[in-house]
Amino acid sequence: MWDYSEKVQEHFFSPRNAGAVDDANAIGDVGSLSCGDALRLTLKVDPDSEVILDAGFQTFGCGSAIASSSALTEIIKGMKIDDALGVSNQDIADYLDGLPPEKMHCSVMGREALQAAVANYRGEEWKDDHEEGALICKCFAIDEVMIEETVRANGLRTVEEVTNYTKAGGGCSACHEGIEEILTRILAEKGETFDPNAVAGEIKKPKSGLTNLQRMKRIEELLDEIRPNLQRDHGDVELVEVDGRYIYVKMIGACAGCQMAATTLGGIQQHLAEGLGEFIQVLPAEELARRAAMEA
Amino acid sequence: MSGTDTAEGIYLDNNATTMVAPEVVEEMLPYFTEQFGNPSSLHQFGDKVGRALKKARKQVQTLLGAEYDSEIIFTSCGTESDSTAILSALKAQPDRKEIITTVVEHPAVLTLCEHLEKEGYKVHYLKVDSKGRLDIQEYYKLLSDNVAIVSVMWANNESGTLFPVEEMAELARQAGVLFHTDAVQAVGKLPINLKDTCIDMLSLSGHKLHAPKGIGVLYLRRGVRFRPLLRGGHQERGRRAGTENAASIVALGKACEMAMEAMEYEKSSVKAMRDRLEQGILEKVNHCFVTGDPNNRLPNTCNIAFEYIEGEAILLLLNKMGIAASSGSACTSGSLEPSHVMRAMDIPFTAAHGSVRLSLSRYNTMEEIERVIDAMPPIVAQLRQLSPYWSGDGPVEEPEKAFAPSYA
Ligand code: FES
Repeated sequence: MWDYSEKVQEHFFSPRNAGAVDDANAIGDVGSLSCGDALRLTLKVDPDSEVILDAGFQTFGCGSAIASSSALTEIIKGMKIDDALGVSNQDIADYLDGLPPEKMHCSVMGREALQAAVANYRGEEWKDDHEEGALICKCFAIDEVMIEETVRANGLRTVEEVTNYTKAGGGCSACHEGIEEILTRILAEKGETFDPNAVAGEIKKPKSGLTNLQRMKRIEELLDEIRPNLQRDHGDVELVEVDGRYIYVKMIGACAGCQMAATTLGGIQQHLAEGLGEFIQVLPAEELARRAAMEA
Repeated sequence: MSGTDTAEGIYLDNNATTMVAPEVVEEMLPYFTEQFGNPSSLHQFGDKVGRALKKARKQVQTLLGAEYDSEIIFTSCGTESDSTAILSALKAQPDRKEIITTVVEHPAVLTLCEHLEKEGYKVHYLKVDSKGRLDIQEYYKLLSDNVAIVSVMWANNESGTLFPVEEMAELARQAGVLFHTDAVQAVGKLPINLKDTCIDMLSLSGHKLHAPKGIGVLYLRRGVRFRPLLRGGHQERGRRAGTENAASIVALGKACEMAMEAMEYEKSSVKAMRDRLEQGILEKVNHCFVTGDPNNRLPNTCNIAFEYIEGEAILLLLNKMGIAASSGSACTSGSLEPSHVMRAMDIPFTAAHGSVRLSLSRYNTMEEIERVIDAMPPIVAQLRQLSPYWSGDGPVEEPEKAFAPSYA
């Protein structure tokens, strides 16, 4: 049903630190009624040590917004404010054992409220820098404005290039149509037409500048990072072949034939794409056999 | 009736999908085992299945009040029926480049229309008022020779508001324009008699009336120009190629027959339960209201907007108490916007994010309804306690101003 971890559910059903902290000396407000997500974070900061003695939240929003707020307050209590500012939205998501991609913005809101509260404590004015564009790529939480700017700044013309620069489109592919629309629009401004068959600019060396061997090693390392998760579910993954941007893997144990295998592959793809900073595709090993058969 | 309050809990999300009636399951089972023939085959195996399909077609025809059984085309779902109707009208009348629809249609129609706009068609979207009603004058003015098809839903899936499609179809006929209605929420809940109307095409979906998912119908009035969506074999007289989903078609036939028998019960008893549900909640919870047209609404649908809290959070707590409902709110769909229906009705933001839809079926009981009425107040109170827009037992004064992020 809900794609929420146990931890998210637990923090939603019994939120920690709900309500405003009495005698708070730092208040951060983000969101609004109209966007359907709003968070007020209240902190009590010790003026001498700058340690956060107490934290409370009031949230208007969905289940994961409430859980993210609760998690945030738990994470930062007892921290010095400078350290607390280092808490990323990924940290909040990790604390909750992950959030569905569509819900990552909930954790972003937590981080922003914290920045706002600290600014308030220091008597500074806080400016949020997030853009108000429609979310195009849900896998990587990339919005329209971000893609547009990147396309303009770098003169991009293909979806693959957009993926290389922003990650958008490197996951489930659902946003490719949306990215093509942006490209069409921006190219039209320059009097050009979008060509869906165009090949991405110069075939770039991986941005990382790795040699083939280093790249292989890097892929192995990245897989090692995910392995514990799979092993916890009595499965595993094995690297079978790397052919340019195609990376073939084999799912083992419980992961093989699991109904979630496609999702798992998607997750591995995301992790590898991020780690390598490249546009890659992770495919099951059977696909390699199939392709070989077709060429034969 | 038996009630849905089994170990699974109380099911009040029937506008999303309904449980398959046990009688329907029984009827379809043999078509997975001994009745496996291909209805297109000439031998006896196929012939038996072919005759079952014929019977089902008649059953659907009866529920819709269609004049001929050949006007019933089996499809895979409501979405396919909608797409077929609209695309056929465009293909069959290539010099007509406009479409009239409404802002509150189901995505099956809206997304297609938005796509067609990119291909150069002009789409007119009729707006609705705060109760979800259309402006017929505005509609009348848009009808012209340039319009290929009008596609307007019979009943809205969220607010339950009914549109006067029979009257609108008549106006379309006078203007020489084809009229299609997406009736997936209306079929089985309201009496329909297509032969007495000017409706040219109608979509229905099996899983909204206690048949399984994966089966739908396009009603196509005899004589209406048509272009198939799927071409191939001669199934459905070439109007929808592809081997028939025999078991589901048989199931749909049975479900239609049962809907026919239950029609009176839907109109009186289901409506009575719905009314009690609304009245009970409104009495016990402040700052909430019912959306939709109070005088012209589906008898099973109740959409309540709770102010200062968010719909998905309400659903999670309801679910914990074993109650299944749905929400037109942002977060469930992954977008940040409240539902396009609530927005089109101009429901204030304070409430639009907190709308919850409770949709009943004839399998619900009054006892279940009472339990939902009891469950709702503490859930709402619990979430309001967390909300920055609420303090004590009421909203903070001028919530939009009291909570003012520095960058807003
Ligand atoms: S939504 Fe962009 S890749 Fe999945």
